[in-house]
Amino acid sequence: MADTAVQEKDIAVKEPLFGKKERAIITDPLNDNNPITVQVLGICSALAVTTLVVPSLVMAVAVVFVCAFANLIISLLRNSMPKQVRMIVQLVVIAFLVTVVELVLKAFSFTVYKQLSVFIGLIITNCIVMGRLEAFAMANKPWRSFLDGLGNGLGYGGILIIVATLREVFGKGTFAGWKLIGGTPDYLINTADAGWGQMLFGWYANNGLMVLPAAAMFVIGILIWIQRSWNPKLVDIS
Amino acid sequence: MHSSRYVYLYTLTLTTVVAVILAFLATSLKPLHEKNEALFKKKDILTAIDAEFAALKDEQVEEKFAAMKQYILDAEGNATEGEADKVDMKKEEKKAEEDRKYPLYVYNDGGKSLYVISVRGNGLWDKIWGSIALKEDFRTIAGVTFDHVGETPGLGAEIKDNSDFKKQFIGDKIYNDATDQYLVVKKGGQTDANKDYEVDAISGATVTCDGVTDMIEGGTDPYFAYFNSLNK
Repeated sequence: MADTAVQEKDIAVKEPLFGKKERAIITDPLNDNNPITVQVLGICSALAVTTLVVPSLVMAVAVVFVCAFANLIISLLRNSMPKQVRMIVQLVVIAFLVTVVELVLKAFSFTVYKQLSVFIGLIITNCIVMGRLEAFAMANKPWRSFLDGLGNGLGYGGILIIVATLREVFGKGTFAGWKLIGGTPDYLINTADAGWGQMLFGWYANNGLMVLPAAAMFVIGILIWIQRSWNPKLVDIS
Repeated sequence: MHSSRYVYLYTLTLTTVVAVILAFLATSLKPLHEKNEALFKKKDILTAIDAEFAALKDEQVEEKFAAMKQYILDAEGNATEGEADKVDMKKEEKKAEEDRKYPLYVYNDGGKSLYVISVRGNGLWDKIWGSIALKEDFRTIAGVTFDHVGETPGLGAEIKDNSDFKKQFIGDKIYNDATDQYLVVKKGGQTDANKDYEVDAISGATVTCDGVTDMIEGGTDPYFAYFNSLNK
């Protein structure tokens, strides 16, 4: 986490909109400093909402929005903010943004709102959001803070969608509602089809475990394993 | 360090600004919220009749719902035709038992009538409620839906989410005339002797399942009073 928490005095006077530093702020959380697989934050919601792709996507968008704008607002307020009530102010801003998301979802995507139910409200307690406010937005200028929020939200959302895809395809045989593999004719691969479907995939059955939250933990664990063995920066030397 | 006065003013201003924006947003989106909720309720009642109806588009829901006959029952089981979806079970529950109103929907399924009744009761943490579709004999269940405020996900919440649990009700009888007993959601599984009047409970959700049993037993008297009057 330390490498993104740059102190303000280190930054040159003239800052480009998308300089090297800015690009690094966005791309860092996608891989080297991923909120879920490296910082291990926001696991609770990652286990809970990832049974299906569509709610995960909505959750990801909501977190990107909350994270980016909370960072932006807190960064704007950071100099005027009384340090005694720092955390409370951060919480008010996060809660405000989450309530906005909830109201908008309820109005424009009611089924997803019902599916996500308590998890929207729980974005407030998602450690990624407050973690980035404390570690980055309190010490950096608005634009960079906004990018950092964007990057971390995307890093979280990316993992969410990967996990959800694996869980939905292997747990239910569908992807975002499209029927891929199953025992009735409306599936793309029909395992009960007398022709090639039965011959090649007759043995196939959905894995019931993938639907349960425990499977998300295994999937995330395996993702962390793959990422660490493939990314030399994450190898623990000690 | 800032002075206390500054801290107070700062927090006061911040919360006021946030409150004003949220209040504005909530009020301006309210019509949409209400429309969505009404539609959701209609869809829920229709899915009690047939689980496939969950995939219907909004206009189809309105159309099918409008085609249903709607009655409002009083506590004695006297029916008057009226907008049953305007009956709010949450409000009715707070009234004295003899003043309560009960919604009843009659769906025409290819010449045969299906009667959808509404029940409401207590789960483990908060309220649970549901719709039960009955066939013309007023005993055989054609389908059910349940919903809840905040039962435990994976356990009590399964009454809503687990389609296998809900499928068990289909074909069972809601009331046993021989033994004078209502359908039971049974811990430990249904017994062979009574399999038409029992449903397997969900493991780990005993209180919620007992709540389902109780709301069927406790909230259906006016409906049966009405059905009996039809049978005469």
